Amino acid sequence: MPESSLVKDGRSSSVEYGASPLRQFSQSSLLLHRNSYMLGTFCTEHNVQQCLSHINQEISSLGLPPVWTESGNSSELNIVAVLNCMYDLIQLHRRGLRTLESMEVEQLKSSSNIDHLQLTITRLKEQLELSKRENTGLLERERQLQLKAKSLQSCLKNEKEEVQKLQNIIASRASQYNHEMKRKEREFNKLKERLNQLLVDKKEKKQAIDVLNNIGRADGKRSLWKTEKTEAKHEGEMYKTLLSDYDARQRELVLENAELRKVLQQMKKDMVSILSSRKPAVKSDKPEHSGVQARSEEEEEEVFDSSKESVELYCVHAREKLTNSIRLQWRRLKSHVERLDSQASLVQMVESKDTDAVPQETQEEEMDRLKLEIQQCKDFIQTQQQLLQQQLSSPCDEETASLLSNCYMLQEKERLGEEWKTLEEQRKIFERERKNFTEAAIRLSHERKAFEEDRATWLKHQFLNLSPFADSKKTPLLKSKSAFLISAETEAPEKLIKCHSDTASPTPRCVPLASASTADLYRTLCLIPENSSVQPKTNGEHVEESSMFCGDVFVQHQQWEHSEDHTPSQEKNSSI
Amino acid sequence: MNFSEVFKQSNQLCKVSPDGKYLATCVQYRLVVRDVSTLQIMHLYTCLDQISHMEWSSDSLFILCAMYKRGLVQVWSLEQPDWHCKIDEGSIGLVSSRWSPDGRHILNTTEFHLRITVWSLCTKAVSYIKYPKACQKGIDFSRDGSYMALAERRDCKDFVSIFVCDDWHLLRHFETETQDLAGLEWSPNGCVLAVWDSCLEYKVLLYSLDGRLLSTYSAYEWSLGVKSVSWSPSSQFLAIGSYDEKVRIINHITWKKIAQFEHPATVESTKTVYKEVERRPAVGTDEMSLHNITTGSTLFNTQSKYEICSLPVQIPVVKPDPDRANPKIGVSVLAFSSDNHYLATKNDNMASAVWVWNMQKMSLEAVLEQTSAVRCFQWDPRHPRLALCTGNTKLYLWSPGGCVAVQVPTEGNFLGPKLNYIVLRYRKGAELQ
Repeated sequence: MPESSLVKDGRSSSVEYGASPLRQFSQSSLLLHRNSYMLGTFCTEHNVQQCLSHINQEISSLGLPPVWTESGNSSELNIVAVLNCMYDLIQLHRRGLRTLESMEVEQLKSSSNIDHLQLTITRLKEQLELSKRENTGLLERERQLQLKAKSLQSCLKNEKEEVQKLQNIIASRASQYNHEMKRKEREFNKLKERLNQLLVDKKEKKQAIDVLNNIGRADGKRSLWKTEKTEAKHEGEMYKTLLSDYDARQRELVLENAELRKVLQQMKKDMVSILSSRKPAVKSDKPEHSGVQARSEEEEEEVFDSSKESVELYCVHAREKLTNSIRLQWRRLKSHVERLDSQASLVQMVESKDTDAVPQETQEEEMDRLKLEIQQCKDFIQTQQQLLQQQLSSPCDEETASLLSNCYMLQEKERLGEEWKTLEEQRKIFERERKNFTEAAIRLSHERKAFEEDRATWLKHQFLNLSPFADSKKTPLLKSKSAFLISAETEAPEKLIKCHSDTASPTPRCVPLASASTADLYRTLCLIPENSSVQPKTNGEHVEESSMFCGDVFVQHQQWEHSEDHTPSQEKNSSI
Repeated sequence: MNFSEVFKQSNQLCKVSPDGKYLATCVQYRLVVRDVSTLQIMHLYTCLDQISHMEWSSDSLFILCAMYKRGLVQVWSLEQPDWHCKIDEGSIGLVSSRWSPDGRHILNTTEFHLRITVWSLCTKAVSYIKYPKACQKGIDFSRDGSYMALAERRDCKDFVSIFVCDDWHLLRHFETETQDLAGLEWSPNGCVLAVWDSCLEYKVLLYSLDGRLLSTYSAYEWSLGVKSVSWSPSSQFLAIGSYDEKVRIINHITWKKIAQFEHPATVESTKTVYKEVERRPAVGTDEMSLHNITTGSTLFNTQSKYEICSLPVQIPVVKPDPDRANPKIGVSVLAFSSDNHYLATKNDNMASAVWVWNMQKMSLEAVLEQTSAVRCFQWDPRHPRLALCTGNTKLYLWSPGGCVAVQVPTEGNFLGPKLNYIVLRYRKGAELQ
């Protein structure tokens, strides 16, 4: 033990202590070797006193009796005290070593404990980890098992349902079987009874047919014997019907096929045209379209081919070719449309927000506007419906009812009223006019009567005063109409006079004239008042007067007949 | 619409001749033939027993009267009233009797379906056909009358025999792949024969005229299967109505399903729904004299009119008893209109509704909801017009233009009108009898 060696050395060194401070130095150097923190010497020849006092202090601080007292000048030490002190120091040292040893032992013990505990800790930690993992594993298994249990439960439910269904089926089948069996049993019993009856009942009623006379066949032909020929004929007919049916069906299918083929061709042409129309635009694009170009060239060839050789389409290869080409075109069209869509979205993203927003905005605006419009229309329809409902359902009071009952026709009624009013006014006007006319006619007739009487009297006078020298009035006939008109009054009697003057020469002519003269007279009389009223009309006729006097009268008659209304002709007739 | 006066008839035996000139009715054991336009009695025949079945021959010259109990068939001639013919089946019994398409042969099915006897009126010859099958529809003539298909069963296997109606020569005889053949029907063009299995298995087989199997159609396995089958007049479609309340349309080119019509209880998408609404006329107390009650029929006759309902509409459903056989569920009646445009169907658990489907658009055209169960309906042979009756005194007509309910004038009883199962018959001239 180094401590014991140290003690020994210390002891050996302490024995040699009083000898010289050199040995102290060597001890201290030895101690220095042991305790490396003490550098340099402690005591030399020069600082003995100091050393002594220092040691004294140290000793006293340790609780031991002082070694050296400053009683005399002598630097002699109290050897007993020094020895005691040394002995005490040695004991202290030993005690210290002992405690150090025990402490070291304790420390070792505790460190070994610590190691042991650490080991156990690590072991326990590992165990804990392990058990945690096991736990999670078990939880996982439990969850899976629960899932399985659920699925199994649902399976079980399904199976139960199916079992129930099958049981129902079985039950219905069983009831059906039972029913059939009962029916068959009943029939069997009936058969048995009948058999019994037949066996017992000896007299058997035979089958017989009793026909008054044979009737001819429905188609009038004679029946044929059953020979092989007829059998073959029947077979042939049967196959004929079947074949005709198949023929008809095949024809229908061929027609349908032709239609569908036409439609497909049309579709293909349209698609090709659509795809080829954008070919120039495609050419400027990325090289991936070059493949498309090549293919589109092929298409043209295909189209060319198929249009020419349509007969080939009836074979399988051509049909497949057609369908494949259509599928190809369709795929291209689809990809084209998709590309356009992506381009449009890209373009929208690339462009600035304004321009981007504008089309979107306009779209959105339009959508909103349309929505608003729709909403408004809906509201309008709603209100209309409500009003209609109200009207139909709610009972209004008398006034409003009466008011509303005719409200639909109000406008028409008003218009009708107005028109009625105008018509009434017109009617009144017409009535008035008619009254006027009648009054005028009455007046006219009165005037005529008066005039006639005047005329008659005047003519009478004239006639009575008639002289054969009144020929000078012939020429004025050729005067203008106005002259005639004005002088009508005067001419008429002159005509008469002339007539009568000509009685000498053309007697037969004048005779009818004479008979017509009264008519003429009436006419002229009638003419005169009528002349005044219808003057503008008859201007034309007046000009047409002929030169012949007698003819004049007749012509005039005719003219007046044509120009005027019935009344003169009627009068003429009545007179004649 | 004109209605004639009421005639007495028994057993719903009232048929118009195929040429549309005469009307024959049976009253007990008498056969009355009237002229259709004047309704005057032309002939009166007396049979030996109560007439069970009456049928005109195809050329309208003869009438067959069958008396099943006595096993007798009497044939009367219209041209020569003195001519008579009596066929006695003897002890072998008689279950059904019918004309052949040429109108000169009579096919009698004996009791227990032992055999079919073919009696010839031209030669008095007899032929027998063995082992006919007793099923829903075991015998069918092609439309042109040249072939007859007969279902047979030998050794627990189903066969189909095709005969040439000319001389009853057996053309083809082949086995069918059915478990229990329920019926067969020729297509209108006479080239395809549809054969269907019993309701326990959904199977429809299509055979060509020469006996080759063209195709098999089965919509689903198990459960109750086919209930009714109908060809379209152009032979383009075959409509199959089944117990799962659906109608499946098969096309004649691929024999595959092209459409499926369902009959849900809630109608959501259709053109129109017509609902019959009854209205009783108001009767004042002073009119309730005895005289009025006994003579006036207005007390119990209710006025009906159709109302258009807005979708969705609920149709009353009657759930059938699951324990009984032949449950009242599924599409039992299918009828195509003569122009191929419409299909009328009736679902048995919605018995008061008739569904009209548009075959061009393959969608529901109209639903007619009546106040009571629809007894029968029939299409007009010329125009797309459907007539139906529900057992009361009214006749209902539907056309694409609209719906109308017509009151049939009957003698009013104090007990109310009888629930007659009125069999509708159309004349060639498209008038309703």
